Amino acid sequence: MFGKLSWAAIPLDQPLPMVASGVVAFTILGVLAWVFIKGHFPYLWREWITSVDHKRIGVMYTLLALVMLLRGFSDAIMMRAQQALAFHAPGFLPPEHYDQVFSAHGTIMIFFVAMPFMIGLMNFAVPLQLGIRDVAFPTLNSVGFWLTATGALLVNISLLVGEFARTGWLPYPPLSEITYSPGVGVDYYLWALEISGVGTLVAGINLVTTVLKMRAPGMTYLRMPMFCWTTLATNLLIVAAFPILTATLAMLLLDRYLGFHFFTNEAGGNVMMFMNLIWAWGHPEVYILVLPAFGIFSEVIATFSGKPLFGYRSMVAATMAICILAFMVWLHHFFTMGAGADVNAIFGIATMIIAVPTGVKIFNWLFTMYGGRIRYATPMLWSIGFMVTFILGGMTGVLLAVPPVDFVLHNSLFLVAHFHNVIIGGVLFGAFAGYTYWFPKAFGFRLHEGLGHAAFWCWIIGFYLAFMPLYVLGFLGMTRRMQHYDVPEWHPWTLIAAAGAALILVGIVLQIAQLVVSICNRAALTDKTGDPWDGRSLEWATASPPPAFNFAVLPNVSGEDAYWGMKLRAREEQGETPHYEDVEMPRNSPTGFVCAFFATIMGFALIWHIWWLVVAGAVGAFATFVVFAWRDEVEYVIPADEVERIDRANIAERRAEFAHAGQET
Amino acid sequence: MTAIPYSSDHADPHRLGRGGGHGHAGTRAEGGSAPKRIVVAYGFWIFLLSDIVMFSAFFATYAVLVGATAGGPGGAQLFDLRSTGIETACLLASSFTCGLASIAVSVRNRLWFYVAMAVTCLLGLSFLGLELKEFTSLVMRGDGPSRSAFLSAFFTLVGCHGLHVSAGILWLLTMMAQVFAKGFRADIERRILCFALFWHALDIIWVALFTVVYLLGAGR
Amino acid sequence: MSPRETSPENRSLAPDSAPGDELAEGHGVGQAVLVYVVGLALAVILTATSFYIAGTDLVWAPSIPVALVVLAIAQMGVHLVFFLHITTGPDNTNNVMALAFGVLIVVLVIGGSLWIMANLNHNMLPMDQIMRMQR
Repeated sequence: MFGKLSWAAIPLDQPLPMVASGVVAFTILGVLAWVFIKGHFPYLWREWITSVDHKRIGVMYTLLALVMLLRGFSDAIMMRAQQALAFHAPGFLPPEHYDQVFSAHGTIMIFFVAMPFMIGLMNFAVPLQLGIRDVAFPTLNSVGFWLTATGALLVNISLLVGEFARTGWLPYPPLSEITYSPGVGVDYYLWALEISGVGTLVAGINLVTTVLKMRAPGMTYLRMPMFCWTTLATNLLIVAAFPILTATLAMLLLDRYLGFHFFTNEAGGNVMMFMNLIWAWGHPEVYILVLPAFGIFSEVIATFSGKPLFGYRSMVAATMAICILAFMVWLHHFFTMGAGADVNAIFGIATMIIAVPTGVKIFNWLFTMYGGRIRYATPMLWSIGFMVTFILGGMTGVLLAVPPVDFVLHNSLFLVAHFHNVIIGGVLFGAFAGYTYWFPKAFGFRLHEGLGHAAFWCWIIGFYLAFMPLYVLGFLGMTRRMQHYDVPEWHPWTLIAAAGAALILVGIVLQIAQLVVSICNRAALTDKTGDPWDGRSLEWATASPPPAFNFAVLPNVSGEDAYWGMKLRAREEQGETPHYEDVEMPRNSPTGFVCAFFATIMGFALIWHIWWLVVAGAVGAFATFVVFAWRDEVEYVIPADEVERIDRANIAERRAEFAHAGQET
Repeated sequence: MTAIPYSSDHADPHRLGRGGGHGHAGTRAEGGSAPKRIVVAYGFWIFLLSDIVMFSAFFATYAVLVGATAGGPGGAQLFDLRSTGIETACLLASSFTCGLASIAVSVRNRLWFYVAMAVTCLLGLSFLGLELKEFTSLVMRGDGPSRSAFLSAFFTLVGCHGLHVSAGILWLLTMMAQVFAKGFRADIERRILCFALFWHALDIIWVALFTVVYLLGAGR
Repeated sequence: MSPRETSPENRSLAPDSAPGDELAEGHGVGQAVLVYVVGLALAVILTATSFYIAGTDLVWAPSIPVALVVLAIAQMGVHLVFFLHITTGPDNTNNVMALAFGVLIVVLVIGGSLWIMANLNHNMLPMDQIMRMQR
């Protein structure tokens, strides 16, 4: 009746997962109880859960990422602690737990922190920057978010019910085959990623179509903000790469569930085909992660240097070059696995070539800063920290791109240090820069600057303390994922790394404090102008937060840095009134949430082999789709005078704020 | 060219709002969002390309594993080209009738729409029936997908296409029901356009399939 | 500033056509049906040729795979042009660019995988031999 599921699935005899699940469950139940007692459910359902507004969905993606960052980081702390302690000692994590911890750490950080963070920021900012009202497919956007949340939920359920994969964040066969991983761990991983993969693909299709087919009048391709270009490249990569992941994981699922022989050791299966396909996805994936960060840095650096971005066209060319080249280097992830010198040489050279467009970008950012009037706001600190850190990580990458070097360093801690260097220095710092940059736009008040600075310094010093020793350890021969070791030379370095992790923890605590303090002090930190940073692109032309329809009247664009141009012309054009019209907006819809509900049920049922529940879930999902397709009322109208009222109020507030500031100086 | 007057009396500050200043993406006055029909069809086109990339992963796997028969039968022993030929004819004809259905939509002719879609459905079901027959006969003989890597790859690649055709038929029937219930409304028209794109794309993939799997395989 | 209606940047934003869309109005039903009929006829010819070549001795055997691939690509082109109405006009640029990108990825994935796997298989012991070594 319940497939493989029984009470034995709950690890009552293992304190660590029980405590962890207890904390998670208690937090979730606590939040739900607070929401219920305060009567916030109708508001949450109406304004957030069923929202198809890109701004709301962007915020929810970002919130998911931040929450999962805490889970992923606690895994990291456990790993660092284990490695610091486990010299000639067993440490505190038995091997079968340690394996799940590092697998969960990687899976969560990539799929449920980095991806949602970037997709959230793109969803929030791109329609505003393009001067339009929403993305191409708003309801589909909601579906994509909730399916991603389903994946995250499934991974978290594995903490309490069953176990997680022990294969690392990429489940290489034959270890991940049913023979050597008979438990449900790998199945949790596979279904969580297949489901959230659909969500990611949907976001990819949405954003490609939005950037290519929906822009404000006059905004040609070469007038788009740089962040929109990187969004285009990123989502083209998503559309091209994620199907490969879907297919490869599906083949592994077929092996595990139906006894197929794609990657088995018998009957002709070819284990290396998995490596080949998974990295054909895996390499574009890292560019999917980092390209939006590059876009954010372009925006932030230009804004806080008070200058237009240097070399816009070369930036566009570099971005699209990275997009294409990303698909030509994937073998460098398995140089050591027997492809031979010819193949290794070609991919090694290609890998070195792909560093060039990134170098172009770095120089353009530096030239943007040169001669500018730099303001060291928190987003700018993250950007400068990124440039230093990412260059270092990129150089170690070029070093690893040389096959003979990789033969020494593959799967050592040098590799681990390299990819954390570029992911933390690039993706995460970019995410934090974007988060602090666009927070006032999303919520109408700024984040506390002092705490932001403090958090940044803890993060960057903590990062170097945590990861530079790993480079040394790689050279000293320490392999990745070691549960214990007995080489004395390694121990001091693992201790330093653990100290670095502790400092990053302080940084995270400061970020949480920053959020709490800012919310408590939001009256003092209010942004009434909609333009707290003296921005250059169209999102700063709206109020903070923008009304549902973004722009009362869609802007007309005649040059790059559209909003900057508007500000320069503002004096001559003051006193002229815009022409307001009715605005049609898409209706909110529970489709996304309900779809994800059935997807969660199906995923859980598939993992535990509860076949009747799978069918029930599938029927429910199809029914949801039909109900959605049968709707008659898809949009609602905001009448012109309502638009006018909201717009006039916003303009008056902004004018009052500027007048007030003018009087003070 | 839209006829929205532009006068300097109520000229917009910062050049906000003109021509494309509507709330919804209606007519596209030079610049501004494309009409909904184009946005929806383009989005679906991008989805189709992603689907084709997914098929290419299965194709690549098939090509790599085509020789891994584990001592069992290969394509030459298993494939019946007559059946394949009939399946191909069915699918190709269904693509043609789907095109006729699209024309019926553009001239708003309900009868021809139903007829063309029904014929498309029958041809699609015939295709599926023959494919199912082939699969069951293979499994009955013990040459199912768990026999060898080659057979795993074959069943997955061809089966994935068959699943897409099945989903397409479900979609087809849903579209017929929608037209019956609500007529040729704008959003239903857009969905039929997407369905036609999907159905034609499936035939394109079948061309690659019957060539690489059946015709090339039968010769080994 | 000249009226935006005729400024060069805006003129280049010509309305696109949706992929799969019928040819613009002005063509009658007969014309539209004819396009599909021609497409069907060409596809039938190409299909029949493929099936014939696969089974015949008339063609030099080693060239059969090449011929089949060429015929398949030709038929895919027929489908794209006659059934999906993909053309090279300026209103179709986005559709063609997307298609080209997709084709590039397909070529890289399939070609790259075949090349890599051929090299790997050549250099590595077959799996059952490795397993026997484990015993």
